[in-house]
Amino acid sequence: MDKVIIADNLSLAYSDDETIINKVKFSIDSGSFVFITGASGSGKSTLLKSLYGALNPQEGSLVVGGVELKGVSNAKLNFLRKHIGIVFQDYKLVKEWTIEKNIMLPLLINGYEKGVTQNQVDSLLKHVRLKHQAGKYPQELSGGEQQRVAMARALSHNPILILADEPTGNLDDYSAELIWNLLVGANEQLKTTVIVVTHHIPETIKVDYKHYHIEFGRINEVN
Amino acid sequence: MKSIKNHLSLVIALVSILFSVQVLLISERSISAYKEKLAHDYSLVVVAQKKLNYSDIMKENSIIATITQLSPDNVIARLHTGMSAKNVALLKLTLPKFYNIKLKYYPSSSEIKILTKKLLRKPFITKVENFSNTHDLTYKLLLLFKKVITIFSVSMLIVTMLLIFKELKIWQFKHNERMNIMGLFGAPLWMRSAILFRLSIVDAIIASFVSFILFTLIASDDWIHEQFDSIGITVKIFDPFSDLMILTALAIVVSIVLSLLIILGHKEEV
Repeated sequence: MDKVIIADNLSLAYSDDETIINKVKFSIDSGSFVFITGASGSGKSTLLKSLYGALNPQEGSLVVGGVELKGVSNAKLNFLRKHIGIVFQDYKLVKEWTIEKNIMLPLLINGYEKGVTQNQVDSLLKHVRLKHQAGKYPQELSGGEQQRVAMARALSHNPILILADEPTGNLDDYSAELIWNLLVGANEQLKTTVIVVTHHIPETIKVDYKHYHIEFGRINEVN
Repeated sequence: MKSIKNHLSLVIALVSILFSVQVLLISERSISAYKEKLAHDYSLVVVAQKKLNYSDIMKENSIIATITQLSPDNVIARLHTGMSAKNVALLKLTLPKFYNIKLKYYPSSSEIKILTKKLLRKPFITKVENFSNTHDLTYKLLLLFKKVITIFSVSMLIVTMLLIFKELKIWQFKHNERMNIMGLFGAPLWMRSAILFRLSIVDAIIASFVSFILFTLIASDDWIHEQFDSIGITVKIFDPFSDLMILTALAIVVSIVLSLLIILGHKEEV
C-alpha cells in the first residue's frame, strides 16, 4: 500500500533548546483513518502542524504526499497544501467572507471553474445542513455550525489527506456526530486519508482506524 | 454596511492626503500667478548719460524682458516756464536718458541687488532706481503666505500619515488573518495579496472621485474667484483632467505602498 506520510528520525521543536517530538519514525498508509492521541502539551498539535508544513522539521525527514517537508520551498508547500484539507479547533474561517465563500476558498485556489465551484459548494452546504445559512458571515453562526463550515471547506476540493485538530473539541452532540460522519464518509467513499488529533476517540465511531499515542516526545502505535 | 466600513477608514485618510496636495498645488499656482502679476507691474528705472545698447544689456542680464526709453517731454513740460523752443531742444539734448526696465519674472531681493550692481558697473549708467523697499515688503509677504500654506498642508499630511500608520496595524492584523488562512490551503503569495491590492486600488479610486467632486464644487464657488480677482490674478483651482490624473496617481501609489508594507510585515503563523 502507498504511504501518504513517511517520518524518519523526525524531531520537532519551536526553539533549539526544547524538542517536542524526538527522533520518531512512523508511516501512514494512503486511505487510512488515523487517530493521534496524547495528553495536553504532548506534541500532537505540533506534529499535525508539521504535516501541513507550518513547522519545519528540526531533524530527520518528513515526506507528505511525496513532498519532503524539511527545507521545502514555498512553491512545493503550496502545491502540497492544495491537496490537503485542514480542520482546526478554532475553525479559522475568514470573518469578512460569507460561509459560502469560505467553503469556496480551496476550489478557487485550485482554479476550479465557477460552475463546478458553485455546484460543489451547494452540495457541501446540503451535507453539513447549512444551505439556508449560505449568505451569513461566520460570526453569525454557532460554534458547531462554524465547525461544519470548516469541515465543508476541508472536503470541498477532494483532498488526498484531511488533517483535523480536535475537530469536535467544543461542539454539541449533533454537530460532533455530523463531523465524524463526514470524516468517515470521506475516508470510506473517497478513500481520503484522515488524521485526527484528539484527546478521546469517540466510542461510537464506525470505522477501521489506526491509533497512535504521543508520550514524552515519542509516538507509539496502540493497535 | 460591513463593506463600506472596510473602505471608509482608508478613503478618509486618502482624501485628506489628496486635499493637502491639491491645496499645495493651488497655493503654488496662486503664488506664481501673483509673481507674474508683480513682474508685470514692477520695473526699474535707469538713468544714463548715453543712449543704452539694449542688446548688450539684455545679453548680460537674462532676467530683463524689455527696455524702453522714457520720453523726457513730461518732465520738460513741468519745467517749461516760458523757455524758447530752441532752449527746450537744447535742454532735451543735455538731459540724461531715462529707461524703464521690465523683468521676465518677479525677482528675489538678492537677484535685484545683483542686477542693480551689474547695471551700475556700466560707466554711462549713473543711477538705478529699483524701489527695493516696496519690493522687499511685497516679496516677503509673498514668501510668508507660501510658508504658511506649506506648513499647513505638510502638517495635515504628517497627521494623516500618522493616522494611517496607526490604522495600518489594524489592517495588518485583519489581512494577516485572511492571508494565513489562504496560505493554509496553498494560495500563492500573489493570490493572498491580490485582495489587499484590489481593495486598496478601489479605495484610491473612490478617494480620487470624492476629491474630484470636492474640488469641482470648490472651483465652481464664485466667492473664491472673487477673492482672486480682488488681488488681480486668475487661478485654476482644479483642472478636471491634469489634477485628477495627479491625485488619482498619488492615491494609487500611497495605497500600493501601504499594501506592500502590510505584505512585507506579514508573518506566517506557526
